Amino acid sequence: MEEFTGILTIAIFLPIVAAIIILIFLQGKNARNFALAISILELIITSYVFLEYRSNPDGYQFIDRLNWIPIESFKTEYFLGIDGLSAPLLFLTGLLGVVAIFASWTITNRVKEHFIWLLILQGSVIGVFTSLDFFLFFLFWELELIPMFFLISIWGTGRKEYSAMKFLIFTILGSAFMLIGLLAIYVSTGTFDMTALPEKISTAISIGDLIIPASWLFLLTIIGFAIKLPVFPFHTWLPDAHTDAPTAASVMLAGVLLKMGGYGMFRISATMFPEQLHNFSLWIAIFGLINIIYGAVVTIRQTDLKRLIAYSSISHMGFILLGLAAVSGDSLRLGFSGAALQMFTHGTITGLMFLTVGFIYERTHTRYIPDLGGLANVMPILASSILIAGLASLGLPGTSGFVAEIIIFMGSFAAFPILTAIATVAVVLTAGYILWMIQRSMFGKRPEKFDSLSDAKAHEIIPITMLIISIIFVGVYPSFISDIFTLGIEPIASAVGVIN
Amino acid sequence: MQWGLSIKMPLHDIYLLSPEISIACLAAVVIVLDLFTKNKKIIPVVATIGVIGSVLLTILIHQDTSIINNGNAFSNTFNVDTFGIFFKYIILGTVLVVILYSYEYAEKFNNHQGEYYSLLLFSASGMMLLASATELITLYIALELTSLPSAGLVALKRSRASAEAGIKFLLLSAISSAILLYGMVLIYGFTGSSHLNEIADQISRSQNLVSNPAILLAMILITAGFGFKISAAPFQMWAPDVYEGAPTPITAFLSVASKSAGFALAIRIFYTVFNGTEISVEWGQIIAILSALSMTLGNLIAIRQNNIKRLLAYSTVAQAGYIMVGLASMSMLDGTSNLGPSGILFYLAGYAMTNLTAFGIIILVCSKSENYSLEKFSDLARISPVLAIAMTLSMVSLIGIPPTVGFIGKVYLFSAAMESGLIWLAIFGVLNSVISAYYYLNIVRIMFKRSSKNDSYEKRPSIPLKIGGVAVILSAIATFVFGLYPEPILNLANTAIQSII
Repeated sequence: MEEFTGILTIAIFLPIVAAIIILIFLQGKNARNFALAISILELIITSYVFLEYRSNPDGYQFIDRLNWIPIESFKTEYFLGIDGLSAPLLFLTGLLGVVAIFASWTITNRVKEHFIWLLILQGSVIGVFTSLDFFLFFLFWELELIPMFFLISIWGTGRKEYSAMKFLIFTILGSAFMLIGLLAIYVSTGTFDMTALPEKISTAISIGDLIIPASWLFLLTIIGFAIKLPVFPFHTWLPDAHTDAPTAASVMLAGVLLKMGGYGMFRISATMFPEQLHNFSLWIAIFGLINIIYGAVVTIRQTDLKRLIAYSSISHMGFILLGLAAVSGDSLRLGFSGAALQMFTHGTITGLMFLTVGFIYERTHTRYIPDLGGLANVMPILASSILIAGLASLGLPGTSGFVAEIIIFMGSFAAFPILTAIATVAVVLTAGYILWMIQRSMFGKRPEKFDSLSDAKAHEIIPITMLIISIIFVGVYPSFISDIFTLGIEPIASAVGVIN
Repeated sequence: MQWGLSIKMPLHDIYLLSPEISIACLAAVVIVLDLFTKNKKIIPVVATIGVIGSVLLTILIHQDTSIINNGNAFSNTFNVDTFGIFFKYIILGTVLVVILYSYEYAEKFNNHQGEYYSLLLFSASGMMLLASATELITLYIALELTSLPSAGLVALKRSRASAEAGIKFLLLSAISSAILLYGMVLIYGFTGSSHLNEIADQISRSQNLVSNPAILLAMILITAGFGFKISAAPFQMWAPDVYEGAPTPITAFLSVASKSAGFALAIRIFYTVFNGTEISVEWGQIIAILSALSMTLGNLIAIRQNNIKRLLAYSTVAQAGYIMVGLASMSMLDGTSNLGPSGILFYLAGYAMTNLTAFGIIILVCSKSENYSLEKFSDLARISPVLAIAMTLSMVSLIGIPPTVGFIGKVYLFSAAMESGLIWLAIFGVLNSVISAYYYLNIVRIMFKRSSKNDSYEKRPSIPLKIGGVAVILSAIATFVFGLYPEPILNLANTAIQSII
């Protein structure tokens, strides 16, 4: 059973070891440059894994499998591997890791610690996306909390400590639900092996071996992930955390941490409980719809740039639920792969949004929209960046946002025509709040104090360019990513398809 | 069973109990040494060497395979099995760390250093005897040997608070011992034996006994007695005052070693005697309710505390609740799996490392000024990053977040509860961990926050890491390492439990 390729292990532990090296040896700028070098190395590793998987997409690859706690009554493994579902998200994490380092290029406060936490965060998120042992998955899932807590509470703005604590308590509450589900699954089936669990669970269901009814288990796990995604009514931590987090943390939070919720829904809830997914699909769709509409409506009213983007994230995350719920007929593959693609595209688009807003805030020292205006003249690069991100976010054809949402709509329309029809209203609302936000903050009359502001510098242009390229590239060549996702959701799709 | 006259002391018995005997002798040596030496610095050194010697003896006995069949000593009143040895490791390790913490701290007691170390060692020898005792009277005497020196230690600071704490501890432990003794008497009265294995025989043979309400009453009384020792709700009210008033190393000692000894007693009595009987299930339900109560009460009150010692006192109440999850599931199980009891053992070992780390840091940060308010921890990340990281690890472990030993322990205990059908209790425990995250992380937040008044930081001297500091760092490293590599302790805990089935 034991095998070891090593690449994924390196991807997880390289940043963590680098963090320790920084802790002991490096200071200030050296720490920053070292962190950048590591994150670029991470990007290379994750791109290599992604491209390699793409060239030969089949099952689980790059497997690292060792015994971890070989005690009979509690058998866990160190089991890593990627499949079609995790490969693109792994790449996304590598990409945003570099972006996050650039985003915190000019911080002056406790520089060393900042990069330590950022690297540990990246390592643990990669751990979540690559773990194939449920216990190990949970370990990384929890591990990611601590760096995020510190990043928000130390380098944030406003009520940063309150927001950090709120983020943490909400997420731990979600983990608590997940832990109960995880233990119940383990006690019922005797394994944490995620590749074997779907079959073992269906056997356990058929012979009545589950200690908690399967629908409860499904709900326990999906609620755990729903808090992370976040789903109404568990979303209240997100606007606070996003608004008060430093730019790098916002980028990571919106870009990859929310995706952990979506990923978990696919990897755990849907894969292990396809029948329950089918039974609850209407509810998931309804909650998705609430997220989409509620998020969009609340976004319109926001006057803080970051809070606005945070609420728009809630709206966009609703699409993932809608896609996940599209379980009927032939359309289910469309819905699933659309939802998976939405995770990737939203990661890059919202990452770019937060990044640009962060850079603007560094200059204007305010994010209050009525105080801004006319910035497009003094900072054309940043303004075009936010415009591109905005257009992608509202789903302009040619950008990645369009592809993901149209596929989700196509998938969910067959399953829930009325709900989908209502959801399309959100497209209009999104266009409204994005364009209105850009118009108020970037165009119009410029306050005099902003006349002398400078435009983006090299260290800001690099990450912006990286994200814009990925947005446009996936927009015109979506199958580059979606092919892999389609492969990744196939096991779930066929399991759900059987029930149909 | 012949008492008194026919007792012989064969060499083998002495060999089996040599760790305990050596600790008791060490206590005597320390107090004599205190009389004859002016240089008090030598006392902790002697104590340290003595404890290490006792650890080596324990390892020697542990390696000796002949004890598996031949571990009985002193007319079957002791059985030196791996279960007892596991607890001896915990207790000796705790004592060793507490002594290391006391090198600087105990200088406060200038003329009473000898008494301090010797009381500490006597108490430890009582706990070690408790872990191996298999006879009710011996258990009781060992328990008293544990409590009485502790009461002295608590009062040793001789301040008002310390004296009050001492008298409180003395009275309450006397009451709880009396209740416990009454329970034991009932068992003796109905079974005619004070030896646990004979009692177990009687109970497994006679259905009448199991259904006899007097036996249930005895179990409830014993539960109440041991509830005091482990400071479980609703018997927890002594803990905050005593923890606050006692010298801080003693607080650490009580919170870890005394709790371990209490659980050793509970597992020994309930697991060996009542395992698999109907009465065990009834008792398990009582324990489950007490467990839920302890967790909730401890965590909710801890949120409001502004004194770190009181906060940790309530936190230990909650931790006792978590450990009792294992006790409850063990009695539900009919012996099919020993996830519950071995979970308790693992958790206790992990809890010892975690809590000792926390208390060690408290001693380093607060004991000079005797100011234990949470504000003392502000800016610790700048004054001493190493201690701040160690404290963070300890707090994270107490919440049960990886990569720490507390995480593995909690998962183990809660899965035991799941397995034995106590799903509601597992849910209770998990949700309680969420509540506890708030106050544990509040400490972390205070340490890493930069206070706006920068000058107050300038005035604060750095904290030199001497012997106590090294001990803190070592136990923090243990908290981390055994969180990632728990296998050795898990194996040890499993064999320990197998030795008493």
